[in-house]
Amino acid sequence: MNWTVNDLHIILVGTLCAVACALPGTFLLLRRMSMMGDAISHAVLPGLALAFLISGTRTSFWMFFGAAVAGVLTALFTQWITRFGKVERGAAMGIVFTTLFAVGLILIKQTADHVDLDAGCVLYGALEYTPLNLVTLFENDTFIVQVPKAAVVIGATLLFNILILGLFFKEFTMASFDPSLAQTQGFRPMLMHYLLMTMVAVTTVAAFEAVGSIIVIAMLIVPPATAYLLTRRLSLLIAFSIVVAVLSAVLGHLSSQALPYFLGLPETTSSGMMATTAGCLFLLAWLFGPEGLLKKKSGKLEMPEELS
Amino acid sequence: MRPEHPPEFPLAVHDLTVAYHRKPVLWDVDLNIPEGSLTGIVGPNGAGKSTLLKACLDLIPKTSGEALVYGKSYEEQRDLIAYVPQRESVDWDFPISARDVVAMGTYRKIGWFKRVGAAQKKQALEALEQVGIGHLADRQIAQLSGGQQQRVFLARALVQDAQIYFMDEPFAAVDAATEQAIIELLQSLNARGKTVLCVHHDLATVSRYFDHLVLLNMRVVASGPTAEAFTRENLQKTYGGKLNLLDDVAQALKNVGRH
Repeated sequence: MNWTVNDLHIILVGTLCAVACALPGTFLLLRRMSMMGDAISHAVLPGLALAFLISGTRTSFWMFFGAAVAGVLTALFTQWITRFGKVERGAAMGIVFTTLFAVGLILIKQTADHVDLDAGCVLYGALEYTPLNLVTLFENDTFIVQVPKAAVVIGATLLFNILILGLFFKEFTMASFDPSLAQTQGFRPMLMHYLLMTMVAVTTVAAFEAVGSIIVIAMLIVPPATAYLLTRRLSLLIAFSIVVAVLSAVLGHLSSQALPYFLGLPETTSSGMMATTAGCLFLLAWLFGPEGLLKKKSGKLEMPEELS
Repeated sequence: MRPEHPPEFPLAVHDLTVAYHRKPVLWDVDLNIPEGSLTGIVGPNGAGKSTLLKACLDLIPKTSGEALVYGKSYEEQRDLIAYVPQRESVDWDFPISARDVVAMGTYRKIGWFKRVGAAQKKQALEALEQVGIGHLADRQIAQLSGGQQQRVFLARALVQDAQIYFMDEPFAAVDAATEQAIIELLQSLNARGKTVLCVHHDLATVSRYFDHLVLLNMRVVASGPTAEAFTRENLQKTYGGKLNLLDDVAQALKNVGRH
């Protein structure tokens, strides 16, 4: 097993992606709508296809724009179907995203079949190939700093997410906890809702090409859910989800290289192992966390407050 | 300007109708709530009590009619109103401390983008002390009892420093000590000239707690000073066939004489 700069690049892209997803994912979890990440990551497809049809290019700007519009529409349609169709939100979400995804597939098949939008790539990503497409950040006679292009795109998305959450932290918190208070205080909770959906859509698209949608969904949901098992403090919750996201990416890639080597198995994919690692971290937190299974099973009673 | 709803009323509701899926929940509600009153809104389940508050606050769309706050639309008078929603309307497992929930009442004054400062945190702590749970300020809300959670909501309304308080069942499922603390708080607000509107369930305490009463069952059955509105006839009209609590009413009416 030999380590190259490629491994560093893969870890860099994976980490940036995991953290970029974990941030909006935390607020999805708090609003009890984690599966909205799943829905949006599928529903952006017609947005991408239409953006390509209209603009004729695959440049990042149009792709992001198309994705953002599709993301907001998913949220909007889900809202409408829940309200007027008298179905629960999970079902409404299912109706909207499968339909939009199918429309996206048809659009691509009919009009843009020659474009390189590969279904396999969408699902599993092409993390292993990201080091092939490098951009130079800095160069002089002795030094050259190159990173994968995917790292730049996802890094920019991460910055966007940090900026939005930093600016609207208190507004997001209030709109998540008590939308009616936010509404009466004039803070437009629906606007915050759609902003969050836009963040999810943009992040999904940025991460799509590099790591695929499966790991995007995993990183939107699993790190925040793991953190939720460890703490009930919002600032720590965000910090822990970032830590879990980083650990999943780093350990995921390492184990994707190490496991097949030790077990004598064929190679595995890094993005798949990153999602698997996230799942394992969740399991650990569930077993050993402060509210974990072992603690509950230990049968020790907590001391009543007045006595302690 | 409507002559029947002069602007000295903190809340005037005109011809309000609200419907869900074309089924009316409130029908042609017309009300004037007097300044400085402690008003109870009473009626059976599904009578539209919470809906009335929410429609006045633009939280749900009105099918027709309007609500005026001192003669102007709610939109213009937001700062004058504090709203305490039903306790079950939020997720009490949300990772946040009691103090941070109370500080949310100051967000409108802080404005967009800006952080919660030391002054607001201090204000939040003082409000928590006022409702008797200052020592629980840093406790996560999931670890509070139902009564303590209700007090957190009241403290949050206090820091909003409003003129009119809209409260949706603050007495629902709280312990006796909390109920006492809440009523004392409402009375102290009332003594400072604030108007309080309170959705209430317990007929036995109505005449003790409120000086003004709205009896509601989709329409307004009666509205006026408690002594006039809280009669056997009105209660029967309000609760109709559903009144298998006739004994409760008898008990409640007995209390009228006592206070």
